[in-house]
Amino acid sequence: MARLLVTIGSIFLTLLGVSVVIFVILRLVPGDPISMMLPPGATDEVRANLERLYGLDKSIPAQYVIWLRNVAWLDFGMSTQFRLPVMEIILDRLPATLELVLLASLIALALAFAFSVLAVWLQVDSATLAIDGLAGLAQAIPDFLWALIFILAVTLFAPMMPISGRFDPRTAQDFATNFYLLESLVTFRIDAFAELARYAVLPALALGLPLAAGITRVLKGALEEAMAQDYVMLAQTKGKSRLAIVLGEALRNAMIPTIALTSVQLTFLIGGTVLIERQFSWPGIGSTAISAVINRDLPLIQGIVLVFALIFILINLASNELYRAADPRLRTVR
Amino acid sequence: MSSVESFSLEKGRGGGGTGLERSTERITLLRMVFGCAAIGALLTAALFAPWIAPHDPTLDDLFLINMPPAWLNDDLAYFGIESAWAYPLGTDSLGRDVASRLIYGARLAMIVGVSVACLAALAGVTLGALAGFYGGWIDNVISRIVDVWLSFPPVLLSIILVAMLGTTLTSVIIVVAVIDWTRFARVVRADVLQQRSRDYIDAARIAGGSDLSILIREVLPNVLPLLVTLFFFEIGIAITVETILSFVSLSVSSGAATWGDMIAEGRRVINEAWWVMAFPVGALVITILGLNAMGDALRFYLDPVLRK
Repeated sequence: MARLLVTIGSIFLTLLGVSVVIFVILRLVPGDPISMMLPPGATDEVRANLERLYGLDKSIPAQYVIWLRNVAWLDFGMSTQFRLPVMEIILDRLPATLELVLLASLIALALAFAFSVLAVWLQVDSATLAIDGLAGLAQAIPDFLWALIFILAVTLFAPMMPISGRFDPRTAQDFATNFYLLESLVTFRIDAFAELARYAVLPALALGLPLAAGITRVLKGALEEAMAQDYVMLAQTKGKSRLAIVLGEALRNAMIPTIALTSVQLTFLIGGTVLIERQFSWPGIGSTAISAVINRDLPLIQGIVLVFALIFILINLASNELYRAADPRLRTVR
Repeated sequence: MSSVESFSLEKGRGGGGTGLERSTERITLLRMVFGCAAIGALLTAALFAPWIAPHDPTLDDLFLINMPPAWLNDDLAYFGIESAWAYPLGTDSLGRDVASRLIYGARLAMIVGVSVACLAALAGVTLGALAGFYGGWIDNVISRIVDVWLSFPPVLLSIILVAMLGTTLTSVIIVVAVIDWTRFARVVRADVLQQRSRDYIDAARIAGGSDLSILIREVLPNVLPLLVTLFFFEIGIAITVETILSFVSLSVSSGAATWGDMIAEGRRVINEAWWVMAFPVGALVITILGLNAMGDALRFYLDPVLRK
């Protein structure tokens, strides 16, 4: 119970730190949002009114206190670029980002699973080296570059493959939620799902490849370690095939340390959405963040940075807990 | 597990194990060679750009727009040039020579990469070593700062900071270093923490060494192999981030010969002239792989424990 309180306290402390840093940085940015909103030839009076409307006429500490008080009520202010509440914009675009992250994680898991089981099952030097090499390559090249490589490859060899957006803008999307992929899957609209997946697969693959490599390295090591245990010998004497042992016995034991060690890498994947979304014109909060910076939309940047920070902190905490749960020796240590 | 069983297991895997080790060693050597070649080419291009580059990288020529690479260029009459090899990698949408821009881009990439890696290493090693060596409140404060740093999406933070500091070479270098010092700090802190409890530290203390001399003479040499690897990685990361900033048109003023600017421009004209984007992307991939290979291989040769 006490540990839970400390954990929650530390989340708030880190978020507070993030909010102070971002608030101060943003107030030092040259270029002011009001000038971007004013029509040419606007009077000083109009300008003063707008500054008062967005609270920019007060000192920085006063602005921060007002902002923090509003955030406590989940009010992140108005976006100067869209003239809509920041919260509304984030809620509107977060689903697209979450779907991309989910798909990328699934792709990463599937690839890592296939390659590490293959390596441990075959137990051939050449296969092991090839898979290590592939993993090294996938991990060394950042997601931003994978995206560029895919865009190039598609343009040259598969021009029918979409590289921009979330769906064909000529078709109407009649979904009840903003989780298009999930909704089409749950409601069994397979055609719509396949069409949406075609748009999502390349950005998701670019995001997921480095993570896939990270998981492969850990999972392969854990499987090899599990295969050297006594119960594997027992299963072998019972006459089980090597593949059956890898899938049936070793995988179960290798899974938990793998999840514990790699879940923290999920933050890299989520941070990567900022650029990948921009590269593929994916309408999530990442691409929105970049346009917010370019348009000096301070309230929107603050809101999005806080959302990212919260997600990062929660993932770090979850991965610490998983790590603790996976290794009984750590449970007694504080 | 009894010793008999573990012996039989070792034996069972023994044949493959040593073969794998030998292959790993050979691959490490190959990667070292590849790394040297890539870094050598990069340094040559960076240092001697004015002598190697066939053209002025910023000179546009409206008669030579989107000209394909030499080996694909079969329309010399249309462009009105004598030999296609005058523009070996073609031209971009303003008629600028792609090869020359690539070579001058290497110069900028190298300046950014090495400066950032030096700055980030300096800050990260200092703070990480202090935190790991002294522990207590110093460690608490530094670790808390690292926590806050790691809660920002790094790309977004760098974009915000560059928007704030302006798009000059110096500000790009400072921004990337300010964001990436935590990479060094975390690794060095963990390593120093581990080394601190070793016997040789006590021995050095009994011999009358001061904190600073123990830290610099005894602890840091043990952290060095890891630092070298990290340093090479960081050069690659910094070059990538600079490219990313250019890509969202926030780096060194647009129009300068940087790989990121070429990639951003190439992305716009990809359907008319794929080579404008393909060559800088290829250069970036080879650079990053070369730096990674070099870092890994050096660590392998510098670290006696890893080599065993």
